[in-house]
Amino acid sequence: MIRYLNFLLAIFILIPIKAIALIEVDITRGNLNPLPIAVSPLSIDNESNKNLKNLLKKTNIGSEISKIVENNLKTSGLFNPLNKDAFLQKPDIAHLKPRFEDWALIKAQALITGKVTYQDQKLRVEFRLWDVLAAKEIMALAFTTVPANWRRVGHIITDKVYERLTGEKGYFDTRIIYVAEKGPKIKRIKKLAIMDQDGFNTKYLTLGNELVLTPRFNPTNQMVTYLSYFRNLPRVYLLDIETGIQEVVGDFPGMTFAPRFSPNGKKIIMSFAIDGNSDIYTMDLENRIVERITNHPSIDTSPSYSPDGKYICFNSDRSGFQQIYVMKSNGSNVKRLSFGKGLYGTPVWSPRGDLIAFTKLHKGKFYIGVMRTDGSGERLLTENYYQEAPSWSPNGRVLIFYRETKSDSEGKGFSARLWSIDLTGYNERLVKTESDASDPSWSSLLSN
Amino acid sequence: MIRNIIISSGFHFILIIITALSLPFLVRKPIDLPPIISVELIQITDKTNIPFAPKAKKIIDEIKKKEKEKITSEQAPPKKVKKEKPDAVPLPDEKIEKVKKIEEKKQNPEKLDEKIKQISEFEKKELFDPNNIAALIDKSKEETAEISKKTNKITQSQDRNVGAFGLTLSEEDALKAQIFGCWSIPLGLPYNKNLLVRIKLQLKPDGTVIKSEILDHARMNSPGQGFYKVLAESALRAIKLCQPLRVPSKGYERWKDLQLNFDAREMLEG
Repeated sequence: MIRYLNFLLAIFILIPIKAIALIEVDITRGNLNPLPIAVSPLSIDNESNKNLKNLLKKTNIGSEISKIVENNLKTSGLFNPLNKDAFLQKPDIAHLKPRFEDWALIKAQALITGKVTYQDQKLRVEFRLWDVLAAKEIMALAFTTVPANWRRVGHIITDKVYERLTGEKGYFDTRIIYVAEKGPKIKRIKKLAIMDQDGFNTKYLTLGNELVLTPRFNPTNQMVTYLSYFRNLPRVYLLDIETGIQEVVGDFPGMTFAPRFSPNGKKIIMSFAIDGNSDIYTMDLENRIVERITNHPSIDTSPSYSPDGKYICFNSDRSGFQQIYVMKSNGSNVKRLSFGKGLYGTPVWSPRGDLIAFTKLHKGKFYIGVMRTDGSGERLLTENYYQEAPSWSPNGRVLIFYRETKSDSEGKGFSARLWSIDLTGYNERLVKTESDASDPSWSSLLSN
Repeated sequence: MIRNIIISSGFHFILIIITALSLPFLVRKPIDLPPIISVELIQITDKTNIPFAPKAKKIIDEIKKKEKEKITSEQAPPKKVKKEKPDAVPLPDEKIEKVKKIEEKKQNPEKLDEKIKQISEFEKKELFDPNNIAALIDKSKEETAEISKKTNKITQSQDRNVGAFGLTLSEEDALKAQIFGCWSIPLGLPYNKNLLVRIKLQLKPDGTVIKSEILDHARMNSPGQGFYKVLAESALRAIKLCQPLRVPSKGYERWKDLQLNFDAREMLEG
């Protein structure tokens, strides 16, 4: 009997029963097309519109703010704002309860609606971000500010939408400081200028009596350090944007140049040249103590801190040609990063900490490129006759730089313009400025 | 007693082996091969014959005649008859059988057709006309497009090698290709983080989604994982945009529950 049972058991065991598993499909690719988004004009009631029209000289401020948002999203290259003519729903109704079928019909995947009111001499803007396919609201925020700040409201809305849909912080509520240029090439007038990242609200910070170069923001965007001439000697300056007070940084016996703030804003790092030898120095802004970082007979310049402040990248010709190097913030462990053909300069550490942007000169062409912080993965994003000085957007996705055109022997045909390009290398755009411009520097986000 | 222990341990051993072989999660994962490009094989023989019909008819008729001649000549070669005569005179029954065989072959249309078909295909090379070929290709394209539009599913030829479990490579590739087109990857995600979103779907037979569930839902709202929410939402949008999913036309029970693993790392790193 036991044998019989054993036999049965054996047969039972020998019939394999395969367990049914859930089918899994791995999706490892997608498209990188810009996301179709509908930016409905912000609705505004008649009385608010009347008051704001008198105040801001704009016929419909709701529509103007939505234009700012639309333009920002478009320039990012990640969104495709849809044509307003195709919208089927009116802004005031869309803001309360959008008919998702209507928005899906025009292929929108996201929708922005909003409402503007004028209360107690304040501008109140509320906006909602809708996921059209999921038919639900994914974000709703309201801002109250002085009416003059209406452009910033548009930028802040874009930042919030951008962050919610891409997963990284935006860069729209920011400013750019640059050198505004006018006049013939031989006798250029150069002034420090500041503007919103979209080219509006330009203000000039210097009169143009002295030559100015390489302005850089501090982390709070209140101070600017730049190069100007003092007693015919290039010196690093410090300027308070709010008060307009400027001062020379340190009392160096030679020329100082290529200044930049440390990530905490407490130090300025710069090059100091004497007797043809240039080395990197830092100066503490609180106690004015100067510290020498490099000590090498070659030319060491263009220092830039890593976002954590632990490392410094710079360029040096210690190998015989100008290349990019990295070292610890105290000057130890110097390591060469760039090994490609050509000359490398103006290294700038990304705010994300993962990349270093640079200018490269090879066979008479200038390139703007990026490499990883260990020197690997070099990618050249753009090539031109003359371009340099990349500066990162605060989220580390876009670079702004300047490009000069070739001039004839009389200096005609010369121009200098600001351009931006994102890390994909495809979204290259001219940045609107009132005059010729060079040496741009991107601020961090004004509102966090 | 010892014998029983040996038998018992023997059975236990067999049990472990069988379990190890039959349970899917213990099976070794196949070697990571490069993605297979799905190629749809279309039987074009019937279609290619059509435009040649008027000319081919004449040829076929000629061939038929030739075939008939061939058959008769093969079956009754005069030399053989001569040889047979002195060696052995066949019996009357055998003679009748031979005649019958010949008649049978003459009247057998199937066999004739086969031969004619083969020859007609061979003759195609002589009748080569690039315009006609181009027209054929276009036509076949249109027809396949119509089929895919109508069904929006995998064709039967692709479905032929459906196993008892899982999706075939062509089925999987069809589904992947569809979702690749719908998934807009959020470009701002940190590529050095875990960018895998697993979504379990419950599907209708036509491929529309009844229910979608994010398997690591807890991650959606955990601190420092804001990017995960963005990624998960983009994956859900892709599924909604792709509806109805390009699922096989057969075997609903196999794929009514489906898990999609969205991984953006490869794209963002690349």
